[in-house]
Amino acid sequence: MAVSNESSRTVVDAGQSATLAGAAREVRQSSRWTWLRSRNLIIGASILAILVSAAIFAPWLTPYEPQAQVPEEALQSPSLDHPFGTDNFGRDMFTRVLYGARIDLRVGVIAVLSPFVIGVLIGCIAGYFGGWADTLAMRAVDIVQAFPFLVLVIFIVSVLGPGLRNMYIAVALVAWIVYARLIRSSILAERNKEYVVAAQAIGGNDLRIITQHVFPNVITPCIVFAMTDIALYIGLAAGLSYLGLGERPPAPEWGAMISSGQPFMTTAWWISAIPGAAIVVTGIAFSLLGDGIGDALRPGSRA
Amino acid sequence: MSRGQYILRRLVQMVPVVFAITLIIFIMLRAIPGDPAQTFLGDKATDQQIEIVTREMGLDKPIYVQYGYYLRNLVTLDLGDSLKYRVPVSTLLWSRLKVSLSVVLVTGIFIMLLSLPLGILAALKKDSLIDNIVRSALMVTMVMPSFYTGILLIIGLSIKLDLFPVSGYGDTFTEHLHHLVLPSLTLALGISPILIRVLRSSILEALDSDYVNTARAKGLTEQKVITLHVLRNALIPTVTLFGVTIGGLMGGTVITEKVFALPGAGALLVDSVAARDYPTVQSATFIFAMMVILVNLATDILYSFLDPRVELG
Repeated sequence: MAVSNESSRTVVDAGQSATLAGAAREVRQSSRWTWLRSRNLIIGASILAILVSAAIFAPWLTPYEPQAQVPEEALQSPSLDHPFGTDNFGRDMFTRVLYGARIDLRVGVIAVLSPFVIGVLIGCIAGYFGGWADTLAMRAVDIVQAFPFLVLVIFIVSVLGPGLRNMYIAVALVAWIVYARLIRSSILAERNKEYVVAAQAIGGNDLRIITQHVFPNVITPCIVFAMTDIALYIGLAAGLSYLGLGERPPAPEWGAMISSGQPFMTTAWWISAIPGAAIVVTGIAFSLLGDGIGDALRPGSRA
Repeated sequence: MSRGQYILRRLVQMVPVVFAITLIIFIMLRAIPGDPAQTFLGDKATDQQIEIVTREMGLDKPIYVQYGYYLRNLVTLDLGDSLKYRVPVSTLLWSRLKVSLSVVLVTGIFIMLLSLPLGILAALKKDSLIDNIVRSALMVTMVMPSFYTGILLIIGLSIKLDLFPVSGYGDTFTEHLHHLVLPSLTLALGISPILIRVLRSSILEALDSDYVNTARAKGLTEQKVITLHVLRNALIPTVTLFGVTIGGLMGGTVITEKVFALPGAGALLVDSVAARDYPTVQSATFIFAMMVILVNLATDILYSFLDPRVELG
């Protein structure tokens, strides 16, 4: 989903919210073995496990330093000494891609946290209480939605200044709407169900009803969606670095590495191509994981 | 509610949203550190010059008056002068928008050319080798960042095969088209997977439905069942999604325009951000937001025509 992040995010949202909304209800029915039936889940989790280990054990997996420049070894094609070649400063690309996993995986996870929390909170309040709280929240959603995702993020980053921290802020301000809408529509579907009405009838307070009863039934689609969103934000961070608005060189961030390799694409393709492949593999891992969790939660319907 | 009323109501609903958009852009631009007059004049300006420009730009007035000026200027399309290019922003933006809109248009065509045949093929040959290949390939192009896809296409199709220009926009109409192929293909490869997924699953859903059973039972040929019943219904969600996609493409061309050095409005936005050319940044952001709103409105209206079941509530 990293591609043209902007447009796909609304689209994915539109496509998935419908199918995901139903998933939560069936969560209770799935036995724990159905998780193992999902091939997507297993493949996605395995790739991710490898990537996370690569990030954690990077210093032990390579003899080089990510920033160490060896001018006499510049622009070497992949070899035994340098499995992914070297860049124009003679830095080992394998090392940089490994260390890049540390940055990019962390970026994806951190970036998804705040919009997730903000969105779920606002969505819960809007969906459960309705009335003016709902109107207010939905108008805010309308306004944020009117901006193209990437344009608004670039605009905010331009005001706050470049860098990853400001990207997190920009994403939090923009991306919460997806979670708010997703959880709101699920809660609207749950609100008048017997168990909620029963809990209200015996005098349970609203906070307790939301957290104890409604929440477990509506949170799963959001978690599934967050998985695919992580892939999106890794692509976004890479894209902003590419535009010079994200992580700055010489940090071994995958997007920045692609960007710095672009002038050499005719002579040294590996400088751009390999970090790009790393983004693709990571994206696929999270997509498979998201799909897999979705599959596991609705055993009956596997399209 | 009649369709006319529905459209009217949607238009009225747009007003507060547009208003809020202008307010957000205005407030955020005022939050930028630094004196706009100083930025406008550059580092060598004297205090006297700064004072004159401050007065000309209305920066000495209270903030709500400045917002009033801002709104008035928007309505009269007087968007000020670009600090970087020293020409009226409206002229600049319009010439750049034409490029971006051409990219969107050609991308839309590519998306249809990719999505319709592949989506239908994958659904009708469900679980076959073709279906699996299409779906795996899509997963890859979907997670590829657009600038990476673009670079790979340049390496493969421009540098190695010399089929398309590496970058730029050319001077004549045919040159423009030639330059638009790779950027549009880049965007289409990223977006089509989602449409193909939705098209595939809606076709499969339609194939399972009672009306298709009925159509088959009454002896229609399979081809007629597919074209008259299955596709007609399966295309409805796809068309809506297509509209949302086109809306998303407004401004979604930013990175791709940079990769291919196209003189579009998205590239203009990024360049203006780098040059701290705020009159251009705010106008470009506003125009992009307006285009998204309009495309979404058009999609909703189109949807209400396509699907008679839709509630105009």
